[in-house]
Amino acid sequence: MDTTTVYKPGKGLTDRKLSYCPGCTHGIIHKLVGEVLEEKNLIDNAIGVASVGCSVMSYEFFNCDMHQAAHGRAPAVATGAKRVREDKTVFTYQGDGDLASIGLAEIVHAAHRGENITVIFVNNAIYGMTGGQMAPTTLIGQKTTTSPFGREKAQAGEPLRISELLATVPGATYLERVSVHDPKHVKKAKKAIEKAFEVQEKKQGFSLIEFISTCPVQWGIQPYEATRWAVDNMIPYFPLGVFKDARGGETDE
Amino acid sequence: MAKVLMKGNEAMALAAIKGGCDAFFGYPITPQNELPEYLSKHMKENGRVFVQAESEVAAINMVYGAGGSGARVLTSSSSPGIALKQEGISYLAGSEVPCVIINVMRGGPGLGGIQPAQSDYMQITRGGGNGDYHTLAFAPENLQETVDIIKESFTLADEYRNPVMIAADGLLGQMMEPVDLERSSNVKEAPLKPWAATGESGKRGHRNKIVSLFLDPNDLEDHNLKLQKKYNRMIDEQQRFEMIHTEDAEIVFVAYGSMARIARSAIETLREKGIKVGMIRPISIWPFPEKAFENLPKSVHTLLTLEMSLGQMIEDVKIVNQGRYKLDFFGRTGGVVPEPEEIVEKVLAMKEGAN
Repeated sequence: MDTTTVYKPGKGLTDRKLSYCPGCTHGIIHKLVGEVLEEKNLIDNAIGVASVGCSVMSYEFFNCDMHQAAHGRAPAVATGAKRVREDKTVFTYQGDGDLASIGLAEIVHAAHRGENITVIFVNNAIYGMTGGQMAPTTLIGQKTTTSPFGREKAQAGEPLRISELLATVPGATYLERVSVHDPKHVKKAKKAIEKAFEVQEKKQGFSLIEFISTCPVQWGIQPYEATRWAVDNMIPYFPLGVFKDARGGETDE
Repeated sequence: MAKVLMKGNEAMALAAIKGGCDAFFGYPITPQNELPEYLSKHMKENGRVFVQAESEVAAINMVYGAGGSGARVLTSSSSPGIALKQEGISYLAGSEVPCVIINVMRGGPGLGGIQPAQSDYMQITRGGGNGDYHTLAFAPENLQETVDIIKESFTLADEYRNPVMIAADGLLGQMMEPVDLERSSNVKEAPLKPWAATGESGKRGHRNKIVSLFLDPNDLEDHNLKLQKKYNRMIDEQQRFEMIHTEDAEIVFVAYGSMARIARSAIETLREKGIKVGMIRPISIWPFPEKAFENLPKSVHTLLTLEMSLGQMIEDVKIVNQGRYKLDFFGRTGGVVPEPEEIVEKVLAMKEGAN
């Protein structure tokens, strides 16, 4: 019987089984990053930096040299790697607890210095790995194990919007927030990743793509409900779009 | 090459360049600022990397990234800054990433002061970070020894794939002394690093991972046992010390770094008075030079530990002494640098008490 290959895993990811839960979008985001690195012929010369949280194991999944950084420190580790390996593609892969809380100084200053690195920032509004605690990105009213009555503004402030915050940093070159809740948005997200790595290839400086992501397990809902929850609740507060584009020259918009 | 008169912090910086340092990451803190200042100019001139980080925490993690990607890397700081770097040092040790860390010690605890001290001995030798790990740690006494050891440290870090700590202090950092930067020292070219995450997985044919995470406890234990073998090798190979007038001594000082320098003057004065004192000067403080205590002459009855702290190294002296000799201690702390006369008085009081 003739067979036609309609899909095969790319070279951008290893063949290790992903450690992510059903309904979580880390898998899609990994696949997109892996595809872009493969299609741009960057994977053989890339250095990735895994963070702490659910994506801690990403050093086993991206098919390139990897560092495993301490919680929040991935942008500093990436800075060190990029400064001594300027011709390599250097990226971090970080969640919102890692990047928006404990690693806020590192991400702001990596952007501030205009480090020529790419940051993949996955925002699911909660600490997933540690058991569903409140993150800086947790929405008002959202119940977590450390905000059992729902996040209260008076007690915990309002959720931090990272892309908007970094847009005020002079050194940042390209910042975009995307979502992967349907095929149309997945395609758009891939385009954003391509742009981010192109910024780095052209030595134009710091690029970050923020992904609206899901955590059905810690949100306490079914996987099929999680995508809808993200669209209905997260995107209104964390709007999609380009927050900074200082690439100069021709742009493709 | 002729000796040049240099300030300690600047001599340390130049020694790092001579030792093959490719990249420096640091954050300002007194009393070591002349070190990064010097490098901010001269690393660039030599086509090397200098980054002023946003914090000590970021700096040590930049060291992790650069060292893990195969470069010879340095960071420097002073006591409270080194405290902040401990997280990264634990990761560096756990992932076996070589690097050199210079601690120009000042008084503590907390913000403490900015004057010279030796009160980070425990932090340095016990590993201030989490986990079963050690860093090689050297405590030089004068600027020539400091530059020689810093030059060699990059080679040692590569050989053991381990962080090397230089326990200097504010006195060494701020003083001026003639130094010969070209004096031969065990400095080797950086070796090939087939383990490093250099971004060459295609060329290499496999991926390299710089990782300290082992979720299976058996794997983590195996990793620790492997590290322990390396630490045992360091204990065998890297105990360094100097014996000063111990051949006929009755009282033997144990002192390192600036305190040993002060003690030398006290030894001269006491010997002029006919009092037989000598000194064991640890140059490596981890591993602690146990070998120095093995063949002391029968004349020795007391070990007097001298520190610019209220007694930290004395715990190592107690461990190695095993009850053989009487132990005594003299220390000043908080940034107070003792005069040699204070040590002389201490010894005279000991003799008085014994009679």
